[in-house]
Amino acid sequence: MAHGHGHSDHGHVVNVLPPDKAKIRKIWVTALILAVVTGIEFIFAFTMGRGALLTSIFVLLTFVKTFYIVGEFMHLKYEVKVLIWSIVLPMLFIVWLITSQLVEGDAIHQLRTWWSTIGGN
Amino acid sequence: MATTASLDDNKKLWGGGVEPMKASYGKLMMWFFLLSDALTFSGLLVTYGFSRFSHNVFTGDVKDFVFSADYWPIPEKVFTHIPFFHINAPLVFVGLMTFILIMSSVTMVLAVEAGHRMDKEGVKKWMLWTILGGIAFLSCQAWEWSIFIGGIDGVKANLTSNPYGPPLFADLFFFITGFHGTHVLSGVVINILILYNTSIGTYERTGHYEMVEKVGLYWHFVDLVWVFVFTFFYLV
Repeated sequence: MAHGHGHSDHGHVVNVLPPDKAKIRKIWVTALILAVVTGIEFIFAFTMGRGALLTSIFVLLTFVKTFYIVGEFMHLKYEVKVLIWSIVLPMLFIVWLITSQLVEGDAIHQLRTWWSTIGGN
Repeated sequence: MATTASLDDNKKLWGGGVEPMKASYGKLMMWFFLLSDALTFSGLLVTYGFSRFSHNVFTGDVKDFVFSADYWPIPEKVFTHIPFFHINAPLVFVGLMTFILIMSSVTMVLAVEAGHRMDKEGVKKWMLWTILGGIAFLSCQAWEWSIFIGGIDGVKANLTSNPYGPPLFADLFFFITGFHGTHVLSGVVINILILYNTSIGTYERTGHYEMVEKVGLYWHFVDLVWVFVFTFFYLV
């Protein structure tokens, strides 16, 4: 039953297609981009001073990596628009979560500082 | 099965039966699960940001940094160990862990690609590499935890105190990397199941390798979470 390139299982022949060279190339290119971006992050971590600028660069490069992992590896870029937006739009809630909690954290820091100046612990 | 007749009458509206998002039920549900999981991880990482903002920062020069419970530690001063060599190698080991996880993501997409071509041997090969990558990552994490818990000069780290900084720093280290590691562990277990099913010809009989795609989505998501943990826990 099994002949040519297929193998058989319970009587029906499975037709194995040849590797998609262009697709595999794209996978490796994506991997290379991820590795290079991570490398750049490393270089910046040890050559730049800490501060708002460095943090912004890190956040930006993290989003670049997110775009490649979700878009290419998870294939979201090639799904229908409704599916893309169903996943991306709810993420906007996180923007508020981050904003509110960092403001809260900072307020608590100020309270703690004030508390220690009046002798509390 | 789907009745396409009702669709022909009104092409604009979804008449039921066929997939409205051109993705199967299983894949859609995996996407929405990952969405909820992303919110969970955001909760943990935002808690890290909250805690860090509510503590003092070290104001001096990075090279003059000393550990103290009075301010939040600089991560590159905490994670400086690599196996076998007693040298100061800040963030090198996490870099290696990041590399391992990215590579295992690559082998996972290659498994998905082989599945599209009904190439059983290809799926088996790449799933095995993905599993090995996952195990390598978990081993690295176990080593890193042991170093972290071992602490400095006999002062160990636990949930109530640690030699690096405020208690919350170690708490969030354990919770965030632990929760991520648990995800990797379950990913490895699921990948082993998929490899087993592939080997016994389950997907050859059903006629497609969509299960490989679904666990692939999960595996890439876990990789993505690590990208965020790497940035917000180790780099910033």
